[in-house]
Amino acid sequence: MPSIKDAAAVVGVATTGFSTDSGRTEYSLAAECIKAALDDAGLRPEDVDGIVKDVVDGIDAMYIQKAVGIDNLTYASDSRYGTLPLLNAVTAVAAGIANTVVYYRSANNASGKRAGSDFRAAKETKDESLDMIRYDFHAPFGLLTPDGAIGMAVRRYLHEFEVSAEQVGWVPVVCSEHAAKNPQAIFHDAPITLADYIDSDVVVDPLRVLDCAPDVDGAIAIVVTRAERAVDLSQPPAFVMANAQGTSTEGEQLSSYSRPQMSGLPEMGLLGDELYRVAGIGPNDISVAQLDDRFAPLVPMQLEALGFCERGEGAAFCEGGDALRVGGRLALNTNGGFLGEGFSYGTNIIEAVRQIRGTSSNQVSDAEVVLVASGAGGPADGCILRR
Amino acid sequence: MTATGDAEQPIPHPALWGVLYRNSTPFWEAVKRHELELQRCAQCGHWLVPPRPMCPKCRSADSEWVPVSGHGTIYSWVTYHESPHPAFEVPYSVVLVELDEGVRLVSNPVDIASDELEIGMPVDVVFEDIDDDLTLFKFTRAA
Repeated sequence: MPSIKDAAAVVGVATTGFSTDSGRTEYSLAAECIKAALDDAGLRPEDVDGIVKDVVDGIDAMYIQKAVGIDNLTYASDSRYGTLPLLNAVTAVAAGIANTVVYYRSANNASGKRAGSDFRAAKETKDESLDMIRYDFHAPFGLLTPDGAIGMAVRRYLHEFEVSAEQVGWVPVVCSEHAAKNPQAIFHDAPITLADYIDSDVVVDPLRVLDCAPDVDGAIAIVVTRAERAVDLSQPPAFVMANAQGTSTEGEQLSSYSRPQMSGLPEMGLLGDELYRVAGIGPNDISVAQLDDRFAPLVPMQLEALGFCERGEGAAFCEGGDALRVGGRLALNTNGGFLGEGFSYGTNIIEAVRQIRGTSSNQVSDAEVVLVASGAGGPADGCILRR
Repeated sequence: MTATGDAEQPIPHPALWGVLYRNSTPFWEAVKRHELELQRCAQCGHWLVPPRPMCPKCRSADSEWVPVSGHGTIYSWVTYHESPHPAFEVPYSVVLVELDEGVRLVSNPVDIASDELEIGMPVDVVFEDIDDDLTLFKFTRAA
């Protein structure tokens, strides 16, 4: 059976830095970031023959070509979520469709209108998609936001496993500790305490403001090339051992209310199984991970689904925070996660690359492999990178 | 619960954005008549909630709209403390009700305060005529 294992590597990464008001166009952010990622890799725009853009970004690849001076593409695709665009790039490279692919994502999600936030705009552009469930069956009752939608599942998790806020709160506490040491993280100049978390405002019960990653403005770019080419470039390559997506029965975006149990993440379990199968390693081989902390209570659920602990034991795993700190069983989101850098997919991959290169602000010594997972509560996606 | 907003560009109640997912039209027509009907596979009897064009169990495209009890229990809920839309004054709660038929619907509680909500609480459907164009179904404590 053909495999993508070790066929491609991440050789260049960049962000524009993040803010709550960039004051710039998404086009300009994207162009700057792509050039910076290519500089990081030691590659020229002329070397690029593939582009994958995240669908949140309105800038078509052809406009990127015009600005950055990328003449010819043999591969240009749209994709979405954290590591799924990476999978597009990796498969294009592994299949020989392109040699060097740039994945970019540029969005003014804080100062502009957040992608997906305007139901009525979506109504005009979409037809009979299952997403319409939200507009027909959720919106009339005021269930209008991602935190509200996922809050239903969070409450089931807290209820079924008797999980307390005092346990879940260690996720934002540890992420804030990591963010405080990461100059790229614009949130949490100083770490929060568990008391800060408990006292923070409840936005949509059961979620507090400190459970939810803020939207930000900014761009990311990630350069992928063939493994044999990767070893001659400017940076130590981060080889892609595995990269996959998982979706499961009766799934919806943050509102999988029709499945028998809502307290688990079956698509994340499917994703983990596939990543471990392709990579040929298991959770015991992994001591640093970038998990999806867009909503903090989903982290213990991911720990269970990805095999780092038994079902129902994710909150106990997080309690006290030591298991999640550098040197602990599984160093979590060493950049501060989406809670620290803001909610922008791609930053999770970039921090994993920093760990592989040994340049993280919260470096795990001898980080040989890093697991990245996102899409908790919806279609799950992830990858395993290695030195 | 009427739509409010600035005078120049009133923001309609989300329920008045119109039925968008056309498989659900019979559902809202029944609600208008103060009846709760759900889609069920005509071949194997599997409930199709939310509605869909094919049964995922037997792959039949034949379905029927069947009256349901309107009785169930609260399976989960959330309470908004920041309003996402001017039609909704905070605090308000959104419940996920599991009907006796085993399927779940999103709705609002009526006459149940947010601190009284609990998983497993028995509830019954009630209908609210918001205006000539809009009827919603909600759930109140079971008698």
